[in-house]
Amino acid sequence: MTNANTLFCLSALNTEYGTCIDSDRLEDWPGLFTEQCTYKITSADNHRRGYAAGVVYADSRAMLQDRVAALREANIYERQTYRHIVGMPALRPGDGILSETPFLVVRTMRDGRMDLFAAGVYLDRVREDGGKLRFAERIVVCDSSRFDTLLAIPL
Amino acid sequence: MDAPTDRIWPPGLTRIPYWVYTDPDVLTLEQKRLFEGPVWSFLCLENELADIGDYRTTFVGAMPIVVARAEDGELCAFENRCAHRGSLICLDDGGHVKDFQCVYHSWRYDLRGNLRSIAFARGVNGKGGMPTDFDMSCHGPRKLRVTTFCGMVFGTLSPDAPDFETWLGPVIIERVRRVLGNRRLEIIGRFTQALPNNWKLYFENVRDTYHASLLHLFFATFRITRLSSGGGVIVSETGEHHASATRQAMQGKDTNYQGMRSEKEEFRLVEPSVLSMHDEFHDDIQLQILSIFPGFILQQVHNALAIRQIVPRGVDATDLNWTYIGFSDDTPELRKHRLKQNNLVGPAGYVSMEDGAVGGFVQRGIAAADNELSVVEMGGSGAETQETRATEASVRGFWKAYRMHMGL
Repeated sequence: MTNANTLFCLSALNTEYGTCIDSDRLEDWPGLFTEQCTYKITSADNHRRGYAAGVVYADSRAMLQDRVAALREANIYERQTYRHIVGMPALRPGDGILSETPFLVVRTMRDGRMDLFAAGVYLDRVREDGGKLRFAERIVVCDSSRFDTLLAIPL
Repeated sequence: MDAPTDRIWPPGLTRIPYWVYTDPDVLTLEQKRLFEGPVWSFLCLENELADIGDYRTTFVGAMPIVVARAEDGELCAFENRCAHRGSLICLDDGGHVKDFQCVYHSWRYDLRGNLRSIAFARGVNGKGGMPTDFDMSCHGPRKLRVTTFCGMVFGTLSPDAPDFETWLGPVIIERVRRVLGNRRLEIIGRFTQALPNNWKLYFENVRDTYHASLLHLFFATFRITRLSSGGGVIVSETGEHHASATRQAMQGKDTNYQGMRSEKEEFRLVEPSVLSMHDEFHDDIQLQILSIFPGFILQQVHNALAIRQIVPRGVDATDLNWTYIGFSDDTPELRKHRLKQNNLVGPAGYVSMEDGAVGGFVQRGIAAADNELSVVEMGGSGAETQETRATEASVRGFWKAYRMHMGL
């Protein structure tokens, strides 16, 4: 794959990722990851200090499915939607397809209140799996360590 | 300042007037009487201040605080406010310094917060400068008395605060030691959750053993805790501190929750390992939530351990500072397990995300209810230790201590 082609495919994957969450197709979200994967939401400060814990931490697609099930069946939170605005991925050196992509997430609450909920970068390791690109690792590094009220829907 | 005169609070512990969550005068009074009163506030962890010159910034109520390890190795804490014009002395969360220098006019402090030098104290070219009789030793930020316990640093601004361990009492001490023991703490994550409510609504929620399995469906469905499994709540004599425990989950069909929203027996996880428990405490307690008045929480949810610090930010805003912890002797498996289990707690926790929102629901619900009262009568009217969690004894304990300290 040429770099240009890789970047195009990563952008398409990122678009699919954002659309999937923003249009409430959360059930499709775990399928964007490989079966064994890492998904973590952390902050720049935690990342820099090497603190391993995330606000969300999953090491398998099954854990992501459980998170969606919990959101649908168990957790109580006010109706809200996200709008992901995702920048162009930049390739990072290393083994496999590594990239870094900036993102913004605007949160709209049921009463119409809108906030800039999160900004940061996705640090990704992507690989081809069953004929399509999937995330083997997505570390969501938020610029801020401060989360408003709660973080229900994935970033 | 006196309590607002038009404010009525019936005697006893079973009715709470809603103005305590909305009145700015109450918040001001709380700073003086509670946070700066004869209580001990959590400041930071000892291992964040390993070397001489290490410091952290934190809060006691609204008051910004610096904690530092001084030249003689002692831990010191002082108000993060320059004695000159009141600017913050430290702007960062922490770091390593030789001394502290206010950025505004370069007044310099040693690691204990003593004022050591004043820029241009003698003026420039014989002109200006401070009066010759200005005594630097009479000027400085307010200082705290500091103590350490199980790797944590606590401080008090009040000369009347009892000795820390006397204040906690042997029962609460034993419950803290049960989790933290003599093990070396390690920070594995640090986040802040901004809560849209008065700080007391969060502290009550922590002490409310009644709500857990009703609001948090995740708990009940997976039988992590149900009020019908064993457990109970310890409330210290003054009501100030509490520890609730949930023991081994019961087996078989439980009919206590039939018909309630949280009853969904069919809901199962694809990856249930997140709920398993490594036996690190060698007892049958699966969950222990412990609070130290007025703003500290130690959480053990299976192997997910965290310290939570409450920082009021206004009548209807609170910062909840989460420090996820492990121990330096964690096996790689246990550490990994803690990371996975942290999904249960924190701002995105399966079982705690509701706690981030429910205080806001109350704050919005009581917007016009200053003269109305909330009802806290589950389990009677007292604040004593009880062998059930179907009680609000610990919430009443909080109000018992609150009213005592506040003189309300």
